[in-house]
Amino acid sequence: MENLIGLLVAAPLLGAAVLLCGGRRLDRVDHWIGTLLAAVSFALGAVLFADLLGKDAGARTLTSHLFSWVPVGGFRADVAFRLDQLSMTFVLLITGVGTLIHLYSVGYMEHDERRRRFFGYLNLFLAAMLLLVLADNYLLLYVGWEGVGLASYLLIGFWQHKPSAATAAKKAFLVNRVGDMGLSIAIMLMFTTFGTFAFGPVLTHATDAGEGKLTAIGLMLLLAACGKSAQVPLQSWLGDAMEGPTPVSALIHAATMVTAGVYLITRSGAIFNAAPDAQTAVVTVGAVTLLFGAIVGCAKDDIKKALAGSTMSQIGYMILAAGLGPVGYVFAIMHLVTHGFFKAGLFLGAGSVMHGMNDEVDMRRYGGLRTYMPVTFVTFGLGYLAIIGFPGLSGFFSKDKIIEAAFAKGGTEGWILGGAALLGAAITAYYMTRVMILTFFGEKRWQPDADGNRPHPHESPRTMTIPMVVLAVGSVFAGGLFSINDTFLKWLEPVTGHAEGNSPLSAIEVTAATMVVLVLGVALAWAQYGRGPVPVTAPRGNALVRAARRDLLQDDFNHVVLVRGGEELTRGLVRADHSVVDGIVNGTAAAVGGLSSRMRRLQNGYARSYAVSMFGGAAVLIAATLLMRAV
Amino acid sequence: MSHAAFVHSLWTMSADAPRKIPAPQIEYAQLSPTLIVLGAACLGILAEAFLPRRLRYPVQVLLTAVGLAAGFAAVVALAAGGYGTGKAHVAAMGAIAVDGPALFLQGTILLVALIAVFTFAERRLDPVAHGRAVDSFAAQGAAVPGGEAEQEAVKAGFTTTEVFPILLFAVGGMLIFPAANDLLTLFIALEVFSLPLYVLCALARRQRLLSQEAAVKYFLLGAFSSAFLLFGIALLYGYAGTVTYAGIADVVNGTVRTVDPALASTTGNDALLLIGGALVLVGLLFKVGAVPFHMWTPDVYQGAPTPVTGFMAAATKVAAFGALLRLLYVVLPGLRWDWRPVMWGVAIVTMVVGAVVAVTQTDVKRLLAYSSIAHAGFILAGVIAVSPDGVSSVLFYLAAYSFVTLGAFAVVTLVRDAGGEATQLAKWAGLGRRSPMVAAVFAVFLLAFAGIPLTSGFTGKFAVFKAAAQGGAVPLVVVGVLSSAVAAFFYIRVIVLMFFNEPQAEGPSVAVPSVFTSAAIAVGVAVTVVLGLAPQYFLDLAGKAGVFVR
Repeated sequence: MENLIGLLVAAPLLGAAVLLCGGRRLDRVDHWIGTLLAAVSFALGAVLFADLLGKDAGARTLTSHLFSWVPVGGFRADVAFRLDQLSMTFVLLITGVGTLIHLYSVGYMEHDERRRRFFGYLNLFLAAMLLLVLADNYLLLYVGWEGVGLASYLLIGFWQHKPSAATAAKKAFLVNRVGDMGLSIAIMLMFTTFGTFAFGPVLTHATDAGEGKLTAIGLMLLLAACGKSAQVPLQSWLGDAMEGPTPVSALIHAATMVTAGVYLITRSGAIFNAAPDAQTAVVTVGAVTLLFGAIVGCAKDDIKKALAGSTMSQIGYMILAAGLGPVGYVFAIMHLVTHGFFKAGLFLGAGSVMHGMNDEVDMRRYGGLRTYMPVTFVTFGLGYLAIIGFPGLSGFFSKDKIIEAAFAKGGTEGWILGGAALLGAAITAYYMTRVMILTFFGEKRWQPDADGNRPHPHESPRTMTIPMVVLAVGSVFAGGLFSINDTFLKWLEPVTGHAEGNSPLSAIEVTAATMVVLVLGVALAWAQYGRGPVPVTAPRGNALVRAARRDLLQDDFNHVVLVRGGEELTRGLVRADHSVVDGIVNGTAAAVGGLSSRMRRLQNGYARSYAVSMFGGAAVLIAATLLMRAV
Repeated sequence: MSHAAFVHSLWTMSADAPRKIPAPQIEYAQLSPTLIVLGAACLGILAEAFLPRRLRYPVQVLLTAVGLAAGFAAVVALAAGGYGTGKAHVAAMGAIAVDGPALFLQGTILLVALIAVFTFAERRLDPVAHGRAVDSFAAQGAAVPGGEAEQEAVKAGFTTTEVFPILLFAVGGMLIFPAANDLLTLFIALEVFSLPLYVLCALARRQRLLSQEAAVKYFLLGAFSSAFLLFGIALLYGYAGTVTYAGIADVVNGTVRTVDPALASTTGNDALLLIGGALVLVGLLFKVGAVPFHMWTPDVYQGAPTPVTGFMAAATKVAAFGALLRLLYVVLPGLRWDWRPVMWGVAIVTMVVGAVVAVTQTDVKRLLAYSSIAHAGFILAGVIAVSPDGVSSVLFYLAAYSFVTLGAFAVVTLVRDAGGEATQLAKWAGLGRRSPMVAAVFAVFLLAFAGIPLTSGFTGKFAVFKAAAQGGAVPLVVVGVLSSAVAAFFYIRVIVLMFFNEPQAEGPSVAVPSVFTSAAIAVGVAVTVVLGLAPQYFLDLAGKAGVFVR
């Protein structure tokens, strides 16, 4: 059974190799090869899942040691896999949603010239992401971490002929590098502290290390998570990443890759549990980001960017939950899974709308689409209800638990965090209702595209609607399934541990409060967009709205502080390089050259001079020898 | 005693007890490498005297190659027989050592000479003269350059096939030199290999005046250095009453057994020891080309026929460093506190001067000459380590360096224009575009000279610097590394010149060599790369051969 774990990663890797190296002769079957191998991977995951279910709750860990990569002295880098409940959850999410999105892409990317390459990259992403969650040590995890970064870069910039896409890819890559540095430093710290990278020894002996060291490792891991999961202050790339094809936004930048930070923190729970300061940093980042993303989501007219803000915000919830420690780990992952369903579904719906609307993304040019695209409307609507936490749907269960856990933190902290989470829920209801109304309700505000073609909205082909339907089903039922009898809690508890906090509010009170803010948010959006006509060009808005449209000035901030500062620093370095370094180098070279031509003159071609040199040399040699004896 | 009685006593003593002079005991088998080579040289002389002209070239090439190969086989047989390690001893009545370093160096010299023979035998590079293929050597050595006799000799198609037996004599001397175990043998070996080299230097076919000038300079300065050596030997004899290495070492260490009454007044006089030792060192440092005894090197390397330069640069260095090692490790170890600081100075000056002066050279052969001076400095750093590691690192370095040198000079013979070899560096510009293969091969050799990893040069340099550092000579290593950096500059400048500069309009062309030079270059590249990629076997071999017999 253990051997299947390697195959799980190998299947999409094989797909990537075949598709990227196969050449043009594959051009007619490429999308099916990619989808098939993703499905194979999912099937293997299902088999392994069944196997794990057959075991005792405490013994559900499979390990598979492939080979020792770099055994040098005390340094051991192994290629080894570990499949436990946590990684199993991710495997099913990644391969399941991944397969659906491959299928969706069959329709979505049908007429793209470079389709083979697209599926190759998608398969590469799957392989890297599986490697990330299946690795048995931090070093191999890092390989997967970089792998998904690469795939993300390639896919954001997939339409590289568009300068905006190329820039967005570069931006994502650069911002992620900052986070990656954090991870590599964390791994180095681990090695110097524990002498190993493997999860087992590091996590079981975490408490042996001093708290200071653990805090340092924790903060570095948090930095890594911020980069990959688009959390403040490394959030700026996610909005631009929507330049990639929509299936990519759904799979990588909503359902899976961006949640890698949550995985990292949950996996390293033992380190964070022993480093309260690092945990405080984590919850702060989570709370700030969940509000930040939500506010940005309210102001965006680009449907994908609005959803991207929402993603940021929802991951903020997960990070917040993960930062709460054992109280929150399970709910972080649970929200991650339900979010994977409904956010992927929402993105696919958005893609379907764009598909029907000549690739228009401005919601102010949509309107009244519910009758033209019924399947998209229904599936998107179910996703909408799930994300705002409509009672009974997935988001209701998972988000509610996080808000509860936030209050359970206790003290002032608990009130602040719980309040932020509640506020976030209200804003979520507001911006998602806004998206829903602008897109599917109201009058038609369709505009001809740049070539003058009027849109003729139509329902998307089967390959696209089937995945949307499946994801909608997940959005509706996953949360309930997980919560009945605490199924998910019992499943994950052996890995992450669980503790009940003591909330100042009872579960009923929290649910009631959530319902109230939900209704408020929806009502506000309805009042603003549902009652009257919506202007096609956005009104100027107040300062907050304008700032939110510019992603709360994150790029301006980065530009002034980092870009300008970096440019100044670079200029200074270049100057120093020219004058100091080059000066030294060229000066040395000139000095050597000068010395050389002077010494050359001694070589005058006369044997008599050479003989004198020898004679003098002999005299010096003898004198020196005698002197040495005398001293 | 009256005069008559004295005369009588002479008579009667000789009549009464005729004292036997014991026959010397010579272990012919253990001396076989040298004997085979010298025997082949004598046969070569006979061939030169009795064979018709047209047969001489093929017979000489074959005889020389077979002689050297047989000599190498004898070395291998001796090494396999354990003479390099357990059975190492001093043969020929104390005159010649048969031990690890001697056999290793003899093997190296024989292989180097064998490859050098290939470059000597090359007859396709020079344009055909009067219907006959000619080699790099003068048609008639004795003819005045530019005179009628020379023209006639050229027209008649004469070639100097004597170079092959001359080469063999030089090799014979070089084989004895690092094995010599007493000072007189050392001196004779020196002369045996030096005199043929002087002659070879004078025999260039082109630019004969330059060649003859080089030979005269080499001869004059060589004779001068021989005088130093000989004087040093005399002083050491005065100090120890013996010329054998072991005997001198005993006196130095104070474990002397018998003192010759005739020398009782000087025996143990340290001034004699120090001055004598220093003078002998001068003689050897001249041969290795250490500063300030290096000044002959650029002129001679430039003037000599390039195949001879290659042979000389490679084999002489091996032989001379072998002798230097034996002298310092067997005779003077008890004196190391006196000679080490001095040798430090010599090594530092040699590295720095070699590297720095090379920077402004404009001629490939002179460039390689200064490079050889710098390398002599690097090797001296290993010599000074005074440890078995030092010995084995020097042995390895010598083997690696000699093949690189031979290969590099063989490449130099290929790049030609109307005037023969085009050795001005400026003419090499853009060579990599016209003849990428030749330029690439030369680049490999240059990188090896510079000590870039994955070439033998790196392994060798690393070994000597490591040995030197472990021997406590860290400042020496620092200077060595800095000099290497300077040296890397001019090696890489040549690569840049070859590959990144526009070719000159009337630049030289690369001649297509026969199988001889091709084989020489190929062996050079192969050894350079193998010793760079997988040096362990050879390092082990040098490590096992690192102990001198006493």
